[in-house]
Amino acid sequence: MANIISDETIEYVGILAKLELSDEEKEQAKKDMGRMLDYIDKLGELDTTGVEPMSHVFPVENVFREDVVTNGDTREELLTNAPGEKDGMFMVPRTFE
Amino acid sequence: MDLAQMTAVELSAAIREKKVTVREAVEASLDAIAKREESLNCYVTVDREGALQRADEVQKKIDDGTLTGPLAGVPVAVKDNMCTKGMLTTCSSKILGNFVPTFTADAVIRLEEAGAVILGKTNMDEFAMGSTTETSAYGVTRNPWNEGHVPGGSSGGSAAAVAAGECFFALGSDTGGSIRQPASFCGVVGMKPTYGTVSRYGLIAYGSSLDQIGPLCKDVTDCAAILEIIAGHDPKDSTSMKRDDTDFTSALQEDVAGMKIGIPRDYFGEGLDPEVKASVLAAAELLKAKGAVVEEFDLSLVDYAIPAYYTIAAAEASSNLERFDGIKYGYRAEDCEELHKMYKKTRSQGFGAEVKRRIMLGSFVLSSGYYDAYYLKALRVKALIKKAFDDAFSRYDVILGPAAPTTAPELGKSLQDPIQMYLGDIYTISVNLAGLPGITVPCGVDSKGLPIGVQLIGDCFREKKLLRMAYTYEKARGPFGLDKEGR
Repeated sequence: MANIISDETIEYVGILAKLELSDEEKEQAKKDMGRMLDYIDKLGELDTTGVEPMSHVFPVENVFREDVVTNGDTREELLTNAPGEKDGMFMVPRTFE
Repeated sequence: MDLAQMTAVELSAAIREKKVTVREAVEASLDAIAKREESLNCYVTVDREGALQRADEVQKKIDDGTLTGPLAGVPVAVKDNMCTKGMLTTCSSKILGNFVPTFTADAVIRLEEAGAVILGKTNMDEFAMGSTTETSAYGVTRNPWNEGHVPGGSSGGSAAAVAAGECFFALGSDTGGSIRQPASFCGVVGMKPTYGTVSRYGLIAYGSSLDQIGPLCKDVTDCAAILEIIAGHDPKDSTSMKRDDTDFTSALQEDVAGMKIGIPRDYFGEGLDPEVKASVLAAAELLKAKGAVVEEFDLSLVDYAIPAYYTIAAAEASSNLERFDGIKYGYRAEDCEELHKMYKKTRSQGFGAEVKRRIMLGSFVLSSGYYDAYYLKALRVKALIKKAFDDAFSRYDVILGPAAPTTAPELGKSLQDPIQMYLGDIYTISVNLAGLPGITVPCGVDSKGLPIGVQLIGDCFREKKLLRMAYTYEKARGPFGLDKEGR
């Protein structure tokens, strides 16, 4: 395997991905990601000098609209899906001391 | 009258002619569900009461002349990644196990306005990440042709439900082949339209630059009729295209004389099952006999499509799936004292292994120091792939090839080796990268009794060429289906 994923990398990616992996999952993730990157490295065979990255197949332009409210107040409806709710607001665990 | 034999368009005609009621049509689907669902597991949710109630409402509107279209009164199943107001929408994930949307996807609204009756929501790979419907948090779906095999994925529940008569047609979504491959594995017709043709509003995003909604159905006529209804510009999807050529049923003509078909040699090399190869090439011969000009050519870059796709799709997925954090909807891990711990625990417990694998890969390729080498590189390769297709379509009307290298694999054989599974997407994936339309039509059955599909790929906005060719092929091929193969 050409790509060796270190413990530090997996730890860092876990932070970016907001995932908490068990030790077993971390080992598996290191293997999976290494293999996948080996595979993706195949793209390096292609000379892409001067080729613009294509994020969208059609030319896209910004879509503008008048700044007018079109949707109604759906707060009550939306809150029925919330895992935690209090006084018409989302309730979350403590965020700072 | 045997309703199970009818296509969606035939059924709605029979309803308009008062030979069948909408309630009878819905009951026919519900009976098929009662008979086979326990073993097949095509649905995550079946809304029996809602469908029957809606049947009566639609019947009234047909009777008073309000609804006259080709899908009025037809029972439909919707993939569980499209939001349906008031109806559970899980994406086959634990993290959305209790999510009841407060709005409905644009494509589904268009079906409702046309008088289709929603039966329920179909099973899929979790967040559409998979090729077998085995990554669902709600159990595997089985292939109606052989229950020891997978239905394909990620729209496996939709494909299996159509094949088994548990609905008259279904909606799926296709990010890398997720409509075309399961349609092929289940012996039904499936189409991914040109990117931007069907609104993505209300479709829970996986890879936003690749995702498209499309039909899974019994024949090409249904496919054109459904696409005509779900296509259309939507201001709520900023990538939605304004098209004035969405009268797709006008393309249902038996005429391919002089149309040029390109067969990419790169699609018929190593890894392709000999039975699939023979069947797909026989389909090309049939079109040739109908007057099409068939030519082999080198498409090039085929081996680079999968690594480019998984880089781009994983990157977009890692960003799109950040919204599942246990705050506004869905699952929340219990007993978390602090916000960041709650995010991490919720996501770790709520997502399955394949979803986590892709989020991790996506986070990595987007991270500082790797963004250029991986993500931008993949976008550059995407540009080269698009150009290869542009060159091909300067010479050919349609590209013809297989939908998948094999027929449906056995259950339980695909997930242990992810890269091997990804390789199965080789013929479908570049179509998404280039934004092209593609359709699969059943073209045979292998020695195991499993269906084979032929894929037709068109240039952007050339769905009509695909439909015309698929329609001509279907007429020449003759009847096909689970009930027509003597099973």
